[in-house]
Amino acid sequence: MTISRRTLLGAGAGIGVGVLGGCGSNTGRGGGGSGGVRLAQWYHQYGEAGTEQAVKRYAGAYTKARVTVQWRPGNYDQQTAAALLTDSGPDVFEVNGPSLDQIQGKQVEDLTALLDGVKDDFNPAVLAPKTYQGKVYGIPQTIDMQMLYYRKSMLRDAGVRPPRTLDELVDAAQKLSDSKVKGLFLGNDGGAGVLGGTPLYAAGLQLVTEDGKVGFDDPAAARALGKLRELYAGKALLLGAPTDWSDPSAFLQGLTAMQWSGLWALPQVQKELGDDFGVLPFPGDGSHGKPTVPVGAYGAAVSARSKEREAAKAYVRWLWVERTDYQEDFALGYGFHIPARISLAKKAAKLRTGAAADAVRFATDHGYAQPLLWTPASQTAYQDALSRIIKDGANPESELRGVVRKVTAELDRVKHTS
Amino acid sequence: MRRRRAFWFWVFVGPFAAGLALFTYVPLLWSVGLSFFDAHNTVTPTDFVGLDNYTAMLKDSAFTGSLRTFLVFTAFIVPVTFALSLALALMVNRVRRAQAFFRSVFFLPAACSYVVAALIWKMSIFNGVRFGLANTLLGWFGTDPVAWLSTTRPPWYWLVIVTVRLWLQAGFYMILFLAGLQRIDPVLYEAAAVDGARPGWTVLRHITLPQLRATSVAVLLLLVINAFQAFDEFYNLLSDARGYPPYARPPLVYLYYTALGQGQNLGLGSAGAVILALIIAIVTVGQARWLRLGRSEEE
Repeated sequence: MTISRRTLLGAGAGIGVGVLGGCGSNTGRGGGGSGGVRLAQWYHQYGEAGTEQAVKRYAGAYTKARVTVQWRPGNYDQQTAAALLTDSGPDVFEVNGPSLDQIQGKQVEDLTALLDGVKDDFNPAVLAPKTYQGKVYGIPQTIDMQMLYYRKSMLRDAGVRPPRTLDELVDAAQKLSDSKVKGLFLGNDGGAGVLGGTPLYAAGLQLVTEDGKVGFDDPAAARALGKLRELYAGKALLLGAPTDWSDPSAFLQGLTAMQWSGLWALPQVQKELGDDFGVLPFPGDGSHGKPTVPVGAYGAAVSARSKEREAAKAYVRWLWVERTDYQEDFALGYGFHIPARISLAKKAAKLRTGAAADAVRFATDHGYAQPLLWTPASQTAYQDALSRIIKDGANPESELRGVVRKVTAELDRVKHTS
Repeated sequence: MRRRRAFWFWVFVGPFAAGLALFTYVPLLWSVGLSFFDAHNTVTPTDFVGLDNYTAMLKDSAFTGSLRTFLVFTAFIVPVTFALSLALALMVNRVRRAQAFFRSVFFLPAACSYVVAALIWKMSIFNGVRFGLANTLLGWFGTDPVAWLSTTRPPWYWLVIVTVRLWLQAGFYMILFLAGLQRIDPVLYEAAAVDGARPGWTVLRHITLPQLRATSVAVLLLLVINAFQAFDEFYNLLSDARGYPPYARPPLVYLYYTALGQGQNLGLGSAGAVILALIIAIVTVGQARWLRLGRSEEE
């Protein structure tokens, strides 16, 4: 059989139309079904096995709309931020926020009414960053927190007690370090990325005050950050591990005696080390200091560009407010998180004993969440300064002066926008 | 006949021209437009701010620092890659047996993804613990493990960044040089030999390099543009879920975080992109004029 030029061209055009038609057709809003409301729901990719199947099961159980779940690996925050600029984005989406710019840009719906009658049952620390001018823009799903894991046997052998102050942490890390094992792992960048504002809160300060001002224009801030430099300069930090702080592998492989990591690592640590570990908050520094743990929560938000906004809100209320059985299953059935509802966290059996109970107590007593007014530009300026202080030995006072100027300008900008 | 040719010209070229216009020139012009607006979280802004985004970007120490980073990177990577790929080409060109084998071996890394290579460098060769390949070698000489990507004094991270790029791209430029070498008329070498020129530096300087001038100019231009556009290996070697360290942050990485990160400041990011595009254009045109690209030897 011979193929003429005309046939080939026609076939090519047909394929081209097919390909172009296929491009962008998968908006995640469902398809193939007939009638009824269709909703697209996006989640970032969780590492824990079974989570994806679970959220699809929850969506399948909803009868008032056909919900299609999209499980999105990769840079999820960037994906959602870009999708919110278009009409082909999700109706309901999980968000590590929403950010102040997303709220001020009217990209997300006001969800305040969904919490009528139950608002007090949501952990206030994680609800606050989702609240702007009294309105709630995200319904917290589960709480994650970070804390310090330490190997009891290694500390005992070195004659070191679990550190209760930042000075003790520096001292312990140095005593625990030798040519094969390092005292502390704060991430491969020396802690600049993961610690964020934690040392400032540990020094009794804040990133942004209640009245919207810079909360760390204080000598205590420079003092606390200077101690992180001591850790780095004293060669007490593990650097360049194959996995980063969020993975407990370095701790489990005995590369470090202490590691800053997340609550999610607790089941794995418990399985590998049994009782040979303990957990602590980041220790306080100075006379006004206090122990601190950062907490955060992915939340469910509704896109303002959704054509089914009311149906999307009804679905969010059903899943993340009414169906407490699903919320508990989502938090503790696959990974290890604290349910965002206080009543659920209190009754969860897995959170009542041992290190898990300690973690819940730290989150309740010492938890702080990154304030909504702490913008990405402020975060970059602060994180850059922290990196220069830790790694280059830059002067903390002068570095922080630059950050204070930048953050003040950012706070002025967001106030002007509101 | 002419109308028929024009018809077929547009049938074949039209779709690609439309694609180029739609996916390259429209976004480019849109981006230039955005750079004059306050465009937080929107691609259809209404708040005109004139040159404010440009002023802010040029005053931003993180952006100007990123320009310095890539100047350092360019100043190093361009001559080193040039010299290495030329040396490889000269060696492979002189090989009498299995030349195709050696050509393929050196070219093969060019087929590897920057992302994959960066992850191999980061996790296997240059990880900072004692069982990383580089640290294992150092350990044989009694040296303590080095945190290659986390040490700023001395800046060992440059060694990782530079070696991965050299490994990835030297083979590609070697092929260009090899093609240039094989176009040189052997009569020139024979005449030089008759005149008493000994093989080696003299022949290289007076025959080979002048004959490779056109190839060398093209290689230099490509190297400079590639260095300006460095993103993949920097991002994959140094970023983590919480961001990116201020050292070794090239402009494209910074603009990526500004425009596509959670900040979504598309106006500011666009202004930075325009500034960067202008710098690349000025340097490229200046370099082309300096190297007399496109002019014949007689001019």
